[in-house]
Amino acid sequence: MSDIAIPIRRPSTFARLFEAYGQEIVVLAAIVVLFAIVGMVNPRFLSDTNLTSIFSGNAYIAVAAIGMAMVIISGHIDVSVGSLIGVLATIAGTLAVSGYPIWVAWLVPVLVGIAINTCLGALIAYMRIPSIVATLGMLSILKGGLISATGGTWITGMPPGFFIAQARLFGIPSPVYFMVVLTILVALWMRYSATGRSIYAVGGNGEAARASGLNPERTCVLVFALHGFFAGIAALLFATQLQVIQSTVPPNLELTVITAAVIGGVSILGGTGTVIGSTLAAILFACIGSALIFLNVSAYWLRAVLGLLILATVLADMARRRRSFSP
Amino acid sequence: MSAAWKSLLLRHETILGGLLVITLIVLAFQSDRFFTADNLLNQGRLMAEVGLVALAMTFVIVTGGIDLSVGSILGLVAILLGVFWQKLGLPLPLAMVLGIVVGGVAGLVNGLIITRFGVPPLIATLATLALYRGLAEGISQARSVRGYPDWFFMLGQGEFLGVPVQLWIFGLCAIIAAVILGLSTFGRATYAIGSNAVAARFSGLSVDRSLLLIYTASGLIAGLAAVIFVSRVSTTRSDMGTGLELDVITAVVLGGTSIFGGRGTIIGTLLGLGLMQALKNGLALAGVKGDGTIVVIGAVLIGTILISNIFRKDADG
Repeated sequence: MSDIAIPIRRPSTFARLFEAYGQEIVVLAAIVVLFAIVGMVNPRFLSDTNLTSIFSGNAYIAVAAIGMAMVIISGHIDVSVGSLIGVLATIAGTLAVSGYPIWVAWLVPVLVGIAINTCLGALIAYMRIPSIVATLGMLSILKGGLISATGGTWITGMPPGFFIAQARLFGIPSPVYFMVVLTILVALWMRYSATGRSIYAVGGNGEAARASGLNPERTCVLVFALHGFFAGIAALLFATQLQVIQSTVPPNLELTVITAAVIGGVSILGGTGTVIGSTLAAILFACIGSALIFLNVSAYWLRAVLGLLILATVLADMARRRRSFSP
Repeated sequence: MSAAWKSLLLRHETILGGLLVITLIVLAFQSDRFFTADNLLNQGRLMAEVGLVALAMTFVIVTGGIDLSVGSILGLVAILLGVFWQKLGLPLPLAMVLGIVVGGVAGLVNGLIITRFGVPPLIATLATLALYRGLAEGISQARSVRGYPDWFFMLGQGEFLGVPVQLWIFGLCAIIAAVILGLSTFGRATYAIGSNAVAARFSGLSVDRSLLLIYTASGLIAGLAAVIFVSRVSTTRSDMGTGLELDVITAVVLGGTSIFGGRGTIIGTLLGLGLMQALKNGLALAGVKGDGTIVVIGAVLIGTILISNIFRKDADG
C-alpha cells in the first residue's frame, strides 16, 4: 500500500510453510512416524502386499474425501456420501453384468453421482434447506432405496475388463494414480483458479462473498456437483477392487470420509483447508487400521481410536483458532 | 378470516396435526388391522425409545445445536449394562442405574466439548458418535449378553393397566418436558439461547450451564432408552441404536422445530413422532419392506422442511 519501509522481520521459510500447511505437515509426520515404529516392531508391515493394500485399497476413501473437503470448505456437510457410493457402485456392477459396454458401466455411475448431488446442492442453496437435514434425508432415501431394490445381494460375474482398480502401471496400482493425480489437480485448482478461490470465500464468509460479487448459491451447487463426481470415481474404485460387489452401503463410510477431511486440516467452520491434507489423512487412517492388525490390537477398537483422533484434531483446531484470533 | 385464525391455521403443528389425521384415516381404511388397540399400543411400544430421545433432542435443537451421538450412547449404555451385570457381577438394578449415569456422563462430555472449546455441536457429536460406538464395539468384542432375569423384561415387554410400561414412562417424560420447555424459565432461556446466544449471554443467562444441562439430559435419556431397548429385545449387542439419531432428528424436525434454533415445541415433536410411526406401520401393513419405509421417511423429512420454508417465505413477504 504505502512506500514507507516498515521493518517487519520476515518469518523464516519453514515458519511460513508451517503457518500455511501446519496440519498437513503434522499428518505427514504422523504417517512417517507410524511407518517407522510399526515397521520396526513388525517388518511385514512394510511388505509390498501390505503397502499395496494400504494405499490402493483405501484410495477410494481419499478420492471421496477430496469432494467432502470441498463441501466442508464451502461451509456445508454431507452425511449421505457413503450411501451414494454404495448406490453408484451397485449401478456400475449391475450395468457391467447386464452386458453393457464397459465404458458405459464406468461412465454412468459418475454421471448419476453428479446428477444426484447437483439436485442436493440446489435444494441446499436455493430452497434453503440446511445441508445436515437435506443430506440426512438423502442418506435414508439412498440407503433404503438401495436395499429395497437389491436386497443386499452380491453382484458377481463382471467381465474381466471391468476391474479398473486392479490394473497396474509400472507396478503401481491404478487407484494410487487416481488418488495422487486428482488430489494435485484439485489442490492447484482450488489455490490458483478464481472459481477455486471462491469456494474458500463463500465458506469463510458467505455474506462478504456475496457483497464482493460472488454468487454463493451457484458456488454451492458447483461444489456439490463436483462432490458427486468424486463420489462417482470413488464408487468405481470401490466397485472394481474386488471380484464381487455387495449391493449395500459400506458401513460408516461417510464418517470415515468426513473424518479424513477434518483431520487433514479442513476447518470445521469452513473457509480453510486443502485437499492435500484430506488425502494424507485418509492414508493415515488406512495406516492406523493396518497397524492395529500388525500390532495385534483387536480391530474392534479401530472406531474408538478414530473417534479419539477426530476429537483431538478438532480440539487442536479450535485451540489454534482461539490463539490466532486473540491479540 | 382474521389474522389470528390464519396464523393458527398456518402453524406448523396445525398442518402436521391435519396431516396425521389424514394419514390415520387413510391407513385405517387401507388395512383393518391398523386401527386395533393391539396394533396401536404395540406401535407405542416401538416408538417409546425414539420418542424419549426425541424429547431431549427437541431441547438440543431449540438451542440451535444437534446431538448426533445419541444412537452411539444408546449402544454404549446397552453394552455396559450387560458388562456391569454379567462380567462385574453387580446387581442388575445397580447396573441399570450405573448405565444410565454413564449415558449422562457421555452427554456431559459432549456439552463440555461444545461449551468449553467452542466446537460446533454437529462436529463435536459426530466425533463422539464414532468414539462412543467405538467404545461399545471395543468393550463388547462383538459378543452379546443374554439371559437377563424375567422381572427385567417388565420394563420393555410388560404392561401396566393394559398399556405398555415404557409408554407410561414416555408419557410422563413428555409431560415433564412439555412443561419445562413451554412454561418454565429454563424453557424460555432455551429459546433465547437458540434465537441468539450472544444476546442471551448479555441478558445475564448462564448459557454454558444451560447447554451443559441439556446435553447431559440428552445423554441420560439416551441411557434410559438403552435400558428399555435391552429389556424389550432381551439381549445386548454393540450395534444397538445405530441410525437412531436419524429417526430422532427426523421426528423433531418434522415436528416443526427449526434446525437453526429458537423455534419448536414438544407437542410438535409428539405429532412428528406419531406421523413417522404411523407411516412406518402403515407402509409395513401395506407390504412395504422395512427398508422401503426409510425412503419415505427421508423424503418426508426433506419435503416437510421444503413446504415449511415455502410457507415461511409467504408469511415473511
